[in-house]
Amino acid sequence: MKLSKGRRAYILTMRVLMGLCAGLTCALTLFLIGYVLWKGLPNISWELLSTKPSYLSGKIGILPDILNTLYITVATLAIVLPLGVGAAIYLTEYAKNQRLASLISNAAETLSGIPSIIYGLVGMLVFCGGGTSLLAGAMTLTIMNLPTIMRTTQESLKTVPQAYREGALGLGAGKWRMIRTVVLPNCVDGIVTGCILTVGRILGESAALLYTAGFAHALNGPWKGLNSAGATLTVALYVYAKEQGEFGVAFAIAAILMILTVLLNLLAGMVGKHFTKRRTL
Amino acid sequence: MTKQRFENFVHGIFLLLGLITVACVLLITVYLVISGIPAIGKIGLIPFLFGTTWASTAAQPAYGILPFILTSIYGTAGAILVGVPVGFFTAVYLAKAAPARVKSLMEGAVSLLAGIPSVVYGLVGMMVLVPGIRVLFGVPDGASLLAAIIVLAIMILPSIVKVSLTALEAVPQEYEDASLALGATPVETWFRVSVPAAKSGIAAAVVLGVGRAIGETMAVMMVAGNAANMPSIFQSVRFLTTAVSSEMAYAPVGSLQREALFSIALVLYLFIMLCNAALNFFLKREKEG
Repeated sequence: MKLSKGRRAYILTMRVLMGLCAGLTCALTLFLIGYVLWKGLPNISWELLSTKPSYLSGKIGILPDILNTLYITVATLAIVLPLGVGAAIYLTEYAKNQRLASLISNAAETLSGIPSIIYGLVGMLVFCGGGTSLLAGAMTLTIMNLPTIMRTTQESLKTVPQAYREGALGLGAGKWRMIRTVVLPNCVDGIVTGCILTVGRILGESAALLYTAGFAHALNGPWKGLNSAGATLTVALYVYAKEQGEFGVAFAIAAILMILTVLLNLLAGMVGKHFTKRRTL
Repeated sequence: MTKQRFENFVHGIFLLLGLITVACVLLITVYLVISGIPAIGKIGLIPFLFGTTWASTAAQPAYGILPFILTSIYGTAGAILVGVPVGFFTAVYLAKAAPARVKSLMEGAVSLLAGIPSVVYGLVGMMVLVPGIRVLFGVPDGASLLAAIIVLAIMILPSIVKVSLTALEAVPQEYEDASLALGATPVETWFRVSVPAAKSGIAAAVVLGVGRAIGETMAVMMVAGNAANMPSIFQSVRFLTTAVSSEMAYAPVGSLQREALFSIALVLYLFIMLCNAALNFFLKREKEG
């Protein structure tokens, strides 16, 4: 059977367009990774990674920014995990009132649509009474990432078979004991995925941190660090590129961020696969 | 009975945790309204929204944010115009035409694209796109609305691909089988049966892209030049988001300038809420259809 000319032209156009666009998406990804690594990797040195910026020698080190990123990530996870997992448990295990449940999930959806600059402003107003600090930044990031943790935990709670719950309750466990010993251990995958996504977002976040966590590059221990202002890697990248014209350092940070993003992506994929395999066994 | 009381206590704690999201939304809304209203009151709603000059630090300060509003609208529209077709065709390719290996590799690439920090996009835009536009179009400075549109188009690409892909994959196989059985070729089936069946989901993808583009700050701040001009494709421009963040660092506490920045944030928030409402509408229709 031979197709009419018009139909053949239509099919060809659509095929070409699909090919072009898919190719463009691939090319863009490869270009971005390649370009950033090519410009950034040669600028990464042990000295850059292990020192703080010094006005005396005029050299820049990013150790404080690395540590700040680490502190703020740990602090955010420590606050957001109990809150997000708790909220997810409430929604799937406790909530009987449909309207309240949909109010909560709508609120979570609204939160995930709010741009980070708005979080930054509100965080500045609410948490920065005593000036900017990593802790204020972590609290801002907590609100931002609450919906992520909630969503991934909820999705995994929904896959825990109802029979497990009934079994536990039937054996005489209270509801809390049932949740603690049967439900929670079975939704670890959702919590872990949520953590990975959250770490990725924290690594990449900058607009929400500019006016909550500040710009300082001081080298601090964890406790003092959380209570004083500090730039994370992304904020440092912005400051070095936009305000100081230190493009070498900026690209070095960009390359580090790029590598971490790739690693987190691979990790998320592996975790997903690992848990699906375990679940189907 | 103490056991019952303990269970009620635990229930109460989880209820509180559940209500935190609601409290956060309320907190954000209330804070933005309270801090955004005073400046609008002082400047006047019409001069604030429709004034064409923003000169917050001039001797005769002017606080008109029409340039920012228009820039945000044009910038977002431009990003959608460039990003949506590319994302759409990529999604159709991935959902229907791609071999399994290619599909899983490209899905990885797309989620990687989504994970790249916006400052990295900004940096690459600053170093590649801005000089490129300057040379290519012979303009004095490449930091322009065009640069911002291109960066935004790339940044919204992953959301568009992902959401459209999910919608396309949810189209029942029977629809396609019926179309194929009636003599349509696979390509015709994808575009004339599957795509229309997934149109609510694809609309949701577009709205999500709009939300992302309107809210993006750092990448735009690095490539758009940040002068408070009325938008034009090769002009240095300032978006609603960058208007807030570029002056917040030095606006004195308690000044009208700083209060006006909060009012801009309030306007931005209203735009986002509008997008959210549209998104919910399309997602609901997708679920029902």
